[in-house]
Amino acid sequence: MTAVAEIMDYDEVLERFDPVLGLEVHVELSTDTKMFCGCPNFFGSDPNTQVCPVCLGMPGALPVVNGKAVESAIRIGLALNCEVAEQCRFARKNYFYPDMPKNFQTSQYDEPIVFEGHLDVVLDDGETFRVGIERAHMEEDTGKSLHVGGADGRIHGAEHSLLDYNRAGVPLIEIVTKPITGAGHRAPEVARAYVTALRDLLRSMHVSDVRMDQGSLRCDANVSLSPKGSGEFGTRTETKNVNSLRSVERAVRYEMRRHAAVLASGGEIVQETRHFDESTASTSSGRPKETAEDYRYFPEPDLVPIAPSQEWVEQLRTTLPELPWQRRRRVQQDWQLSDEELRDLVNAGALDLVAATVDAGASPAEARSWWVAYLSQQANERGVDLASLPITPEQVARVVELVGEGTLTHKLARQVVDGVLAGKGDPDEVVAAEGIEVVSDDSALQSAIDEALAAQPDVADKIRGGKVQAAGAIVGAVMKATQGQADAKRVRELVLASCGQE
Amino acid sequence: MTSTASGGDAELTGLSASELAAKISAGETSSEEVTRAHLDRIAAVDPEVHAFLHVDADGAVEAARGADEARSAGGAASPLAGVPLALKDVLTTSDMPTTCGSKMLEDWTSPYDSTVVQRLRAAGVVVLGKTNMDEFAMGSSTENSAYGPTRNPWDTDRVPGGSGGGSSAALAAFEAPLAIGTDTGGSIRQPAAVTGTVGVKPTYGGVSRHGLVAFSSSLDQAGPCGRTVLDAALLHEVIAGHDPMDATSIDAPVPRVTAAAREGAAGDLRGVRVGVVREFGGQGYQEGVQQSFRAAVDQLTELGAEVVEVSCPHFEHALSAYYLIAPSECSSNLARFDAMRYGLRVGDDGSRSTEEVMSLTREAGFGPEVKRRIMLGTYALSAGYYEAYYGQAQKVRTLVTRDFAAAFEQVDVLVSPTTPTTAFRIGERVEDPMAMYLADLCTIPSNLAGNASMSVPSGLSAEDGLPVGLQIMAPPMADDRLYRIGAAYETARDAATGGTLLDRVPRLEVAS
Ligand SMILES: [Zn+2]
Repeated sequence: MTAVAEIMDYDEVLERFDPVLGLEVHVELSTDTKMFCGCPNFFGSDPNTQVCPVCLGMPGALPVVNGKAVESAIRIGLALNCEVAEQCRFARKNYFYPDMPKNFQTSQYDEPIVFEGHLDVVLDDGETFRVGIERAHMEEDTGKSLHVGGADGRIHGAEHSLLDYNRAGVPLIEIVTKPITGAGHRAPEVARAYVTALRDLLRSMHVSDVRMDQGSLRCDANVSLSPKGSGEFGTRTETKNVNSLRSVERAVRYEMRRHAAVLASGGEIVQETRHFDESTASTSSGRPKETAEDYRYFPEPDLVPIAPSQEWVEQLRTTLPELPWQRRRRVQQDWQLSDEELRDLVNAGALDLVAATVDAGASPAEARSWWVAYLSQQANERGVDLASLPITPEQVARVVELVGEGTLTHKLARQVVDGVLAGKGDPDEVVAAEGIEVVSDDSALQSAIDEALAAQPDVADKIRGGKVQAAGAIVGAVMKATQGQADAKRVRELVLASCGQE
Repeated sequence: MTSTASGGDAELTGLSASELAAKISAGETSSEEVTRAHLDRIAAVDPEVHAFLHVDADGAVEAARGADEARSAGGAASPLAGVPLALKDVLTTSDMPTTCGSKMLEDWTSPYDSTVVQRLRAAGVVVLGKTNMDEFAMGSSTENSAYGPTRNPWDTDRVPGGSGGGSSAALAAFEAPLAIGTDTGGSIRQPAAVTGTVGVKPTYGGVSRHGLVAFSSSLDQAGPCGRTVLDAALLHEVIAGHDPMDATSIDAPVPRVTAAAREGAAGDLRGVRVGVVREFGGQGYQEGVQQSFRAAVDQLTELGAEVVEVSCPHFEHALSAYYLIAPSECSSNLARFDAMRYGLRVGDDGSRSTEEVMSLTREAGFGPEVKRRIMLGTYALSAGYYEAYYGQAQKVRTLVTRDFAAAFEQVDVLVSPTTPTTAFRIGERVEDPMAMYLADLCTIPSNLAGNASMSVPSGLSAEDGLPVGLQIMAPPMADDRLYRIGAAYETARDAATGGTLLDRVPRLEVAS
C-alpha cells in the first residue's frame, strides 16, 4: 500500500499556492417514489424490498420521469439563483457495475435542467462569500454493494458481494460549483460553509433529508493548487467519502497540504479519485484506473425532452419558502440581535432550533440562551451537532414555561433538561419521575428558616436591626438545607418577614 | 377462402381472423375449437417450419375457454375475442418464457406482461405461443436465432425474412391467423413481404414498447401481422393507444384503421395521391420484384389514385445511418445482460471475479451478429468518434425525416417495393452481413422518421414464384391511410387473380 504522504505546513502552502476548489454535491430527493418508477423512496427498508422491473433493469422495462422530482430540481435551481432550461434531455452514462441494474445510469449530460447560479455563504466571522453554481442536474442513484470477507467492506479481498437495489433509481440532484477561487487560507472553511449553507437551504425547502450520515447528501471535493499569481489551474484530485461537514473542511485542507508537498518536491499530481479516512483525517488513492473512463454518453431514447413552461417555473418560484439567509435577516430584526449575536447563533447551528423554540412559545432571549449556552455545551461534550441532541425545541420551550410559572428554578431546569437528554421522557415526565419541584410549601420553608436564624443569631440580629443585605447568608443556608429545591426569591421574603422587615 | 391448410381442422385454420371472430361470435364454432385446430396444425407442421420457440397449449385452451364463457355470458371482450395469435418472443409474458431468440435468456420468464400482451388478453385474444426471431431482433432472416432457423412455407429451403420470421411463417403456414411482430428496421414488413402476408409498422409511439425487450429504443415498434389487411387493422386497434408506462407513447386517439380498411375494400381511391419513391428501384432490385411493383402501381392507378414520382434524396444514406444509430442504442440496451440478476450465468465457480463472470457470460450468451452490433455501437459512441458517427447519423435521420415531410406535402402516401428481392436461401447471406443488411434498404427510412408503414402482398415474382411485397408509407399518426389503400389494393389484386396469394402456398408435409 501507499506510504504516508508528505504534507506541507499549511501557512507555507498559502505562501506558495492559491487553492482552487470544485464541489460536487449529490442530494437524494425525498420524493414519495423513485425517479423513473413507482417504487417507494424510503430509507432503511429490508434489502431488495423496494424494487420493480424498471429499477431492476428487467428486459423490456421503461423509465417514466417522476414529475415531483423535476419540480424539486427546478425549485432547487431557483433557490440557487439558476436559470431553468427551456428544454433539456436525459442521457445515458454507460459503464458496467453490478449495483447499476441497466449498466448505464440515466443522468443528464450536456443539457442540465438548471445552470448558472450562485449561493452566498456566510463564513464564521460573518463575512459573505459567493460560490458560483455551474449547474444542477437530475439523475438516478445506484444500488448498494456490500462486499463480504474483505477489509472495511471494500471490494479488495472480498469473498463475495451482496447487492441491495432499494436505492437504485432514487432521484438525485447533482449540484456542481464553478471553480472556487480567491478563498485563500479560508478555502477549507468556504468548502464547509458552502455545504452547510446548501444543506440548510435544502432542508428549509423540504426537498431532501440532507443527512450526510445516511448518504442523502454526499459531497465530492475537487482540489487543485495554482502557483501563486500564475492564474493557471493545477491538476485536480477528487476526494470522495466525505461524510460530515467537518470532514469537508478537513479533506480540503489535507489535499491542499498534500498537493503542495508533491508539487514543491518537483512531483506531479495524479488526476485521480481519493478516499477520505475520517479516523486519520487523510486521503488515500482510489484504485488507479488503467484507462480513462469513456462513458459513451448519448441522449436517452426512452425519455422525451423535458420542457418546463415559463408559467410553471414562475408558479414554482412562488412556492419557495423563506430562504435561510432571508430568514437570518428577519430574525436579526425581530429578535434585535447584534451582528455578533446572530453570527454566534448561526455558527452554533442554533438558528433554526431557536426559531422553532420561539415558535413553540418561548421568548427569543430564553430560547437563545438555552441553545447557545447549556445545550451547545452538552453537544460539544457528546461530540454531536446541536441538532442531533435528543431534545426538541418543543421540549425546551416547555422547560422555559415551567421556569416562568415558578415550578422550576434555573438550576432545576437544567436537571430536567439532563433528564430529557438522558431519554427519560418529556420535561413533565422527568419532573414527575424525579420528584424535581420547587419547595413552595411555606411551612416547610419556615422551619428551615427558623433553624437557620437560630444557628446564626448574630446575622438574625443584623437583619432585625434593618441590615436587609445580611439576609443573603440566611437564604443561602436555607437553599443549602433544601438542596436547591426552594425558590430563593420566596425564601428571602420569608426571612425578611421573620425578622420583621416587610 | 379455399384452404391449403391441413393437419388441424382445415376448415378453421384456413379462415381469416375476422371470419373466425364472426363464426365464434355467431356460435357456429367456439374459441376452444378454433384454438385446438391451430394447436393441431402447429403440432403437424411446426417440426418442419419451426415458427414457434414455445407453444403454450394448456394456457391457450384455458384462455379460449375463458373467451367462450365470456361470450356465452354476453360479453365478448372485443371484435377479436377468442381468436388465436402467435406472439414474437421479444414481448414479455408472465406465463411463458421470453428468450428473444438468445441463449442469454434461455428459460427466462418475465415477472410481468408487456402492455401489448395485457391488451391482447383483455381483448380475449388467445396467445398460442412465442415465435422464433433473429437474436434480440437483429437480422433479416431469422437465421440469427440461437434456437435454429425458421423455414419459409413457400419454400422450406428459404428464409421467412427477419427478424420476425417466426411470426410471418406462422401466418403463411396457417399455424395462426394473427401474429405480433416488432419492427426496428423492417422486421415486420420484410418478413411479411417474403411470406405473402400483411405486416404493419405503426407510427412510432402508436403501440406501447413497455415489455418489448429493446434492441434500438428510438426505432423499435410493435405492430400487427395477419393474412389480410382487415385482420391487421382489427389487431392494430387492440394493441394501439397511449400507455403511461412508455414515455414515448403518443397520447392521442388511435387512427381509425378498421374503418379505413373497410372503406378501402370498396375499391375507390379517387382523390388519393400516391408517390412512387424514385430512389427505390433499379440496380440491386430483382426483376420480378420490380415487375410486381409496377403492376401494383398500375392497379392503384386503375382504382382511381393519382400516381406521381417523388424524390427522397437522403433515403440512400438511411441504411448507413441506421447501422450506426441502431447498434449504438443496442450496445447500451444489451448492457444489462450481465449475469448478475437474471438470465444466463457462466463461469461462476467461486474463483472468478464479477468482471470475469460478466465477460464469460456475454461471450457465451450472445451470438455473432449481436456481438458485431454491440462492438459497432460501442465504437460509434466512443469519445472522439461520437460526432463523426452517431452525431452524423442523427443528422441524416433529420434529413430523411425532412424528405418524408416534403414528400407528404405532395402526396398522401409513398409506395415502394418492401424489399429488393424475394426470400433468399437459408445460409446464402450468412457470411455476408452487408448483403443481409440490404434486405432492409426500403423499410429503414420509415423507422428513422417514425412514420407508419405497411407491407401488403403484390403477387409472385415471375422468375422464382415467390411472394413480393408492396410497401405503403404514411405520415406519423396517419396509419389509417395505409389500411385504406392497402385494403383497396388487396381487394383488387384478389379479384384479378381469383383468390388470395396464400391460396397458392405449397402444401406442407404434415407430420403424422
Ligand atoms: Zn422500481
